[in-house]
Amino acid sequence: MTKAITVAGLHKSFGRTHALDGLDLTVEAGEVHGFLGPNGSGKSTTIRVLLGLLRADSGAAQLLGRDPWRDAVELHRKVAYVPGDVTLWRNLSGGEVIDLYGSLRGGLDRTRRADLVDRFELDPTKKGRTYSKGNRQKVALVAAFASDVDLLILDEPTSGLDPLMEEVFQDCVAEERARGRTVLLSSHILSEVETLCDRVSIIRQGRTVETGSLADMRHLTRTNISAELAGPPNGLARLPGVHDLEVQGLRVTLQVDTDKLDAVLKSLTASGVRTLTSTPPTLEELFLRHYATDAADAPGSGEDAEVAAR
Amino acid sequence: MTAVTTTAPADARRRTRAATGQLAGTWTLLRLALRRDRVMLPIWVLALGGSFSSVGSSIASLYDTAAQRAELAASMNGNSSLRAMYGPVFDDSVGGLVSWRMAAFGAVLAAVMSLIVVIRHTREEEETGRQEMLSAAMVGRRAPLTAALLTALIANGALALVVAAGLAGAGAGGAGAVALALAVAGTGVLFACTAAIAAQFTESARLAKGLTAAVIGAAFVLKAAGDSAADDGSSVLTWLSPIGWAENVRAYADERWWVLLVLAAAVAVQAVLAYALAGRRDVGMSFLATRPGPAQGRIATAFGLALRLQRGALTGWTLSFAVVGVAFGGLTGGAADLVGDNAKTREIFERMGGQAGLTDAFLAAMVSVLGMVAALYIVASVLRLHGEETAGRAEPVLAGAVSRTGWAAGHLVIAFGGAALLMTAGGLGLAVGYGHELPAVLGASLVQLPAIWLLGGVTVLLYGAFPKAAVAAWGVAGICLALGWLGPAVDMPQAVMGVSPFTHLPKLPGGTGMEWGPVLTLTAVAAVLVGAGVGALRRRDVLS
Repeated sequence: MTKAITVAGLHKSFGRTHALDGLDLTVEAGEVHGFLGPNGSGKSTTIRVLLGLLRADSGAAQLLGRDPWRDAVELHRKVAYVPGDVTLWRNLSGGEVIDLYGSLRGGLDRTRRADLVDRFELDPTKKGRTYSKGNRQKVALVAAFASDVDLLILDEPTSGLDPLMEEVFQDCVAEERARGRTVLLSSHILSEVETLCDRVSIIRQGRTVETGSLADMRHLTRTNISAELAGPPNGLARLPGVHDLEVQGLRVTLQVDTDKLDAVLKSLTASGVRTLTSTPPTLEELFLRHYATDAADAPGSGEDAEVAAR
Repeated sequence: MTAVTTTAPADARRRTRAATGQLAGTWTLLRLALRRDRVMLPIWVLALGGSFSSVGSSIASLYDTAAQRAELAASMNGNSSLRAMYGPVFDDSVGGLVSWRMAAFGAVLAAVMSLIVVIRHTREEEETGRQEMLSAAMVGRRAPLTAALLTALIANGALALVVAAGLAGAGAGGAGAVALALAVAGTGVLFACTAAIAAQFTESARLAKGLTAAVIGAAFVLKAAGDSAADDGSSVLTWLSPIGWAENVRAYADERWWVLLVLAAAVAVQAVLAYALAGRRDVGMSFLATRPGPAQGRIATAFGLALRLQRGALTGWTLSFAVVGVAFGGLTGGAADLVGDNAKTREIFERMGGQAGLTDAFLAAMVSVLGMVAALYIVASVLRLHGEETAGRAEPVLAGAVSRTGWAAGHLVIAFGGAALLMTAGGLGLAVGYGHELPAVLGASLVQLPAIWLLGGVTVLLYGAFPKAAVAAWGVAGICLALGWLGPAVDMPQAVMGVSPFTHLPKLPGGTGMEWGPVLTLTAVAAVLVGAGVGALRRRDVLS
């Protein structure tokens, strides 16, 4: 497999802030690559370097085998970008903006554009300021998915999308992969990343702390459970994979490694369940648990983190 | 609490509560506005206010005898075209001459300051979506407008203080100083209310600013036409213009305090209208609803996008230049008029070059004014690049197959070509209004371009190399404007005048004739500045 993106030892400072501190990133051609990290960890800075909008202080970056700064214009014919916060021109309609971005890239597939406008339920005649946040994202998403490009760089693209549209988005990304395109997906929504991504890189404070396939990182996924029981809980603390257990009378909150979920549910139903909510953990929670306490050890690989987590 | 025995006081209380509820949060918003404007407003107030006292001291030292001042007054009042530009002289004391030179000029600038302040804290807040979050807190429906108007009121109040104190310091204090300060600040407040109304009608802060600026421009043209017709400010046209009112306060010439009441009444009427409108509309919306646009776009290039974004403003500017050109062209015939049969004024008249000389001098002054205003256009137009970048709209465009140079070139062609279009429209308007000498007047108008382009070049360089300081370009243009308007009156040393590129241009039409040297030099410098600015833009990070 050829590499769509290779980044090695990337550094970028803004004044006294070190946004990127030796970041590494490798994205294979044809894969959907998740790019995760807490707010301010340097995801958007990395993406801006890859788009030739920022010049790296040091380190190597290659996009489709070329220099993202020097060959920016040529490269951008093959790249579509969706920012996390799309701003539109107030007096231009969504349709005009979609076609403009299409023209500024390698061109637009008209049938696909019509199909996407339909699927995302976007009214392309409305003007910039009158779109809601989610609809502004849709404008950029339609423009990106309808463009004839090799690489899609999506920076938290689904912020503001409703769950139905989130589903449409996931279908679109799957179609892009089926068509052999490469996707770099920066996201905070772990479930989205789980569904879509072949491999994932996690960064923190401008450095890559984990990279690999999701199966390698299964240890990262814990489920939050909050339940109101009919009778007192029994033996939850003894079950393997249970963390942060809190019991207040009949109310129970806990976290459980996702592969150990079954035993916990059995134990809960044994006590009788009145209400039950289960949520996947947020990235921040994961980071807090895995890295905040042992930041001094600076875990550089998945194995270290896994050991620390157990 | 005792029980309420009748319903009337309860109703009254409820009404009071509803009224104060509309204004809830005004104090906090006012402090926010003053905090945000803590650099901009003091600069405006001190620079504009300070110019009054410096003009005062200059006039006092330049025309230090009563006879000299009387001669100046007579020559100015005797000539309808000069009256159109500067207004009539009501009194030949130092204060009277300051009032003559500064009343309209100061009123226009106070109006511009006020419009910027009011739109910035009303429509711009709504357009950016910030107002939504503020209004979701304990903020009354009319509080943002109140806070914005109070900010403008405070700014104009401070301006009045600086003007009055400065004039007193320059030896022209007393009732006249107070009257002039109040007339100028009052006009500022009046146009603050105009801006408040404009802000209700459009969803675009840019358009709201443009509309208010057009009203200010129209008021100035009305006043000019009125002053051309009458030498004592009594023309109906002058009275139709709020800027004419500032003049008709007649500071230092037996002040007509009641004219300030006219100003106050206009402020009140406009404020009531703005409040009525503001209370009746939705946050972020306007009375002119946005129409749907095409589902398919035809804009395919960065240049097409730039043209689409700037065409509205460019059209407005071009039309204004044509209209102002025709209006002032029509006033040109009076340049050589002489009122009365005074030997003294005849002598001045001959010294100033006779009929042809005076007409040419007036036309030259007019094209120079048009040129300096066109400099404001080019600064605004170049800074669209900055606006697009800081709003985050440049980033996705530059993530397309568009080079930095190509993206910038789109806007720069419109900025620099637009300036040429403006000067063509203004020059043609002048020539049409005047009715003679079309090639000479048009040529004179176009000769201003190198200086305009140079200021555009400075803006490009500031934007490219120091994007965070890009708005300083307004300051550069403002200094050139002030030098052009006030410099000759206060006999500014040539070294200082030389800062403005306009002073290096040949005085056309007439004068010494065309000189290619400075024209080509300025054009070359402008080209170098643009090149350096675009070069810096290519090398730096895109702001996010």
